[in-house]
Amino acid sequence: MTGQAHTGRPRRLLRNLSSKIASIPMMLTAVVIFLGGTIWTVVYSFTNSKLLPRANFVGFDQYERLWDAPRWIVSIQNLAIYGALTLVFSLVVGFVLAALMDQKIRFENTFRTIFLYPFALSFIVTGLVWQWILNPEFGVQSVVRALGWTSFTFDPLYNADIVIYGVLIAGLWQGTGLVMCLLLAGLRGIDEDIWKAARVDGIPMWKTYLFIVIPMMRPVFITTLVIIASGIVKVYDLVVAQTSGGPGIASEVPAKYVYDYMFQAQNLGQGFAASTMMLVTVAIIIIPWAYLEFGGRKRV
Amino acid sequence: MRFMAAMLAATVVLPSAAAYATDLEVTHWWTSGGEAAAVAEFAKAFDATGNKWIDGAIAGAGSTARPIMVSRLTGGDPMGATQFNHGRQAEELVEAGLLRDLTDVATRENWKEIIKPASLLDSCTVDGKIYCAPVNIHSWQWLWLSNAAFETAGVPVPKNWDEFVAAAPALEKAGIVPLAVGGQAWQAAGAFDVLMVAIAGKDTFNKVFKDKDADVAAGPDMARVFKAAEDARRMSRGTNVQDWNQATNMVITGKAGGQIMGDWAQGEFALAGKVAGKDYTCLPGLGVNEVISTGGDAFYFPVLADEEKSKAQEVLASTLLAPATQVAFNLKKGSLPVRGDVDLAAANDCMKKGLDILAKGNVIEGTDQLLSADSQKQKEDLFSEFFANPSMTPEDAQKRFAAIIASAD
Repeated sequence: MTGQAHTGRPRRLLRNLSSKIASIPMMLTAVVIFLGGTIWTVVYSFTNSKLLPRANFVGFDQYERLWDAPRWIVSIQNLAIYGALTLVFSLVVGFVLAALMDQKIRFENTFRTIFLYPFALSFIVTGLVWQWILNPEFGVQSVVRALGWTSFTFDPLYNADIVIYGVLIAGLWQGTGLVMCLLLAGLRGIDEDIWKAARVDGIPMWKTYLFIVIPMMRPVFITTLVIIASGIVKVYDLVVAQTSGGPGIASEVPAKYVYDYMFQAQNLGQGFAASTMMLVTVAIIIIPWAYLEFGGRKRV
Repeated sequence: MRFMAAMLAATVVLPSAAAYATDLEVTHWWTSGGEAAAVAEFAKAFDATGNKWIDGAIAGAGSTARPIMVSRLTGGDPMGATQFNHGRQAEELVEAGLLRDLTDVATRENWKEIIKPASLLDSCTVDGKIYCAPVNIHSWQWLWLSNAAFETAGVPVPKNWDEFVAAAPALEKAGIVPLAVGGQAWQAAGAFDVLMVAIAGKDTFNKVFKDKDADVAAGPDMARVFKAAEDARRMSRGTNVQDWNQATNMVITGKAGGQIMGDWAQGEFALAGKVAGKDYTCLPGLGVNEVISTGGDAFYFPVLADEEKSKAQEVLASTLLAPATQVAFNLKKGSLPVRGDVDLAAANDCMKKGLDILAKGNVIEGTDQLLSADSQKQKEDLFSEFFANPSMTPEDAQKRFAAIIASAD
């Protein structure tokens, strides 16, 4: 170890030179397109750019207007509700499904395909399908009414108070299968001997899952969490297909605000300010977490 | 003599046009039944010049289509020609030099003389140069009523807004939605503008939208408009459709009593084989204040490097304004022609009412001409929330409306 460190510096730079050269284009893409684009967006969010970007700086005007806009506030609230519930439900339901699949049941392949299938559909298709299912005139409500319960009312997409839960149902239906598959793979990675040892010690199955298996699956859970979280922040197409933000502005989300103001309202400055706020929100969550997760490990 | 001259002109134009047969992609958002029938008339007329109209229809109303068009233009992939609502939507594109100056064609064809009212061409003009070809006049200020729905409810067809509001309970009792308002935001905002002209009048409309006078917007005249909007909100409960033509269809089939919608709705009635006066009734200015706005659609021509395509653009521009095309297109579309010198004997009752008001000069500019897209969007957000949320009071809405007007540019 120490010997390598002594002469390590020039060697480390040259080690795997070909793979380093090969990754230059990707690194350039990351730096120029992602980082460069992000910085450009943040800078122009302080301008009064309309249809075309113009470097006419106006300070925090766009942000003041943004936080005064009722539609933005509603968007943030919706994202918080949708995000928290998606995270909890898709992890809980996904894990329960995975645990059930793990009981060496018959036709596991068939069930796995059925549960994963919705994930193969785009959010647009998912949104349209659930728009029909939840439509009071041809969906669930009319079916139940046709069965005899004529006063049954179930129209989440037309009720401003609960519309976001209608979107949530569709989101969960689409995404839970993937969570199940990821967690099932994690469960399969647990050594059979651990189960045997737990059984010998007489630990009940639910306790084994809760206190032994789940802590061992930490890396899989983190991967799953990142995938779910990125899906939450960028939720847009589902809302567009299912409710187009309605009724009124009751199911608006931040990504839709960004798009609508950048392109429909031809006000780039406002759209950039909104997308910068989205970035800041993500950063507030990610940075402390990454610090704890990765910064801590080095010291151990 | 004139016929001879036309023949001569035709023989001169045709061979050269045939020699330069060029494909030109034209983007637009005319996708409902009546609109598609109308745009087919343009395609037919343009194909007859020996060129080829490549149809680039983008579904989902202007709010979906415009961003696509703009990003194609700013992204360096221009189409041959594109529709916009004339007014301020293309303002910055013109300033950025992406759209072509049509002044040559306009002077050659004498657009200044033939286009009526002149405000249409003014909206196409930036720094004295003409950048677009207006093709029709669309007015928002119409209330469409289903005669069958009122018959079912057992009340006479109303003659103005107040009678309509009074008839609403009877319609509701018969299981009919009194006023269909589609869920898309622009429909709620548009309906409000119509109520505004009808109830508060032309002067208030101009003070608020043209002069951006926030005091008037917060004043008592506007308060009455917001009260009327509250009535409209109550009457629109249970509409549950998104697109404007679905809402129009509710009126056509008698499921709804009426709809506040621009005259493009007429194309849908015509397509369904309904007759004005017999099956449906139209009330310009809601039967209160007979004023119509003269916004409309216009075609813009991007700057192209290809010389032949540029020539084809000129041919298209003059084809769009040719008298025969104007008549054929506008009859199908339900809009009014931009030239005062064409014969519209085939026009139905509603269109004749519109032409009459136009001739009297009871016109206002459209909100697309007066407000920037940004202010329009803020207005749409406000009114789509107002129409969907019964707990929002008219007073709160008015306060927010005044704030939008105060910050409008």
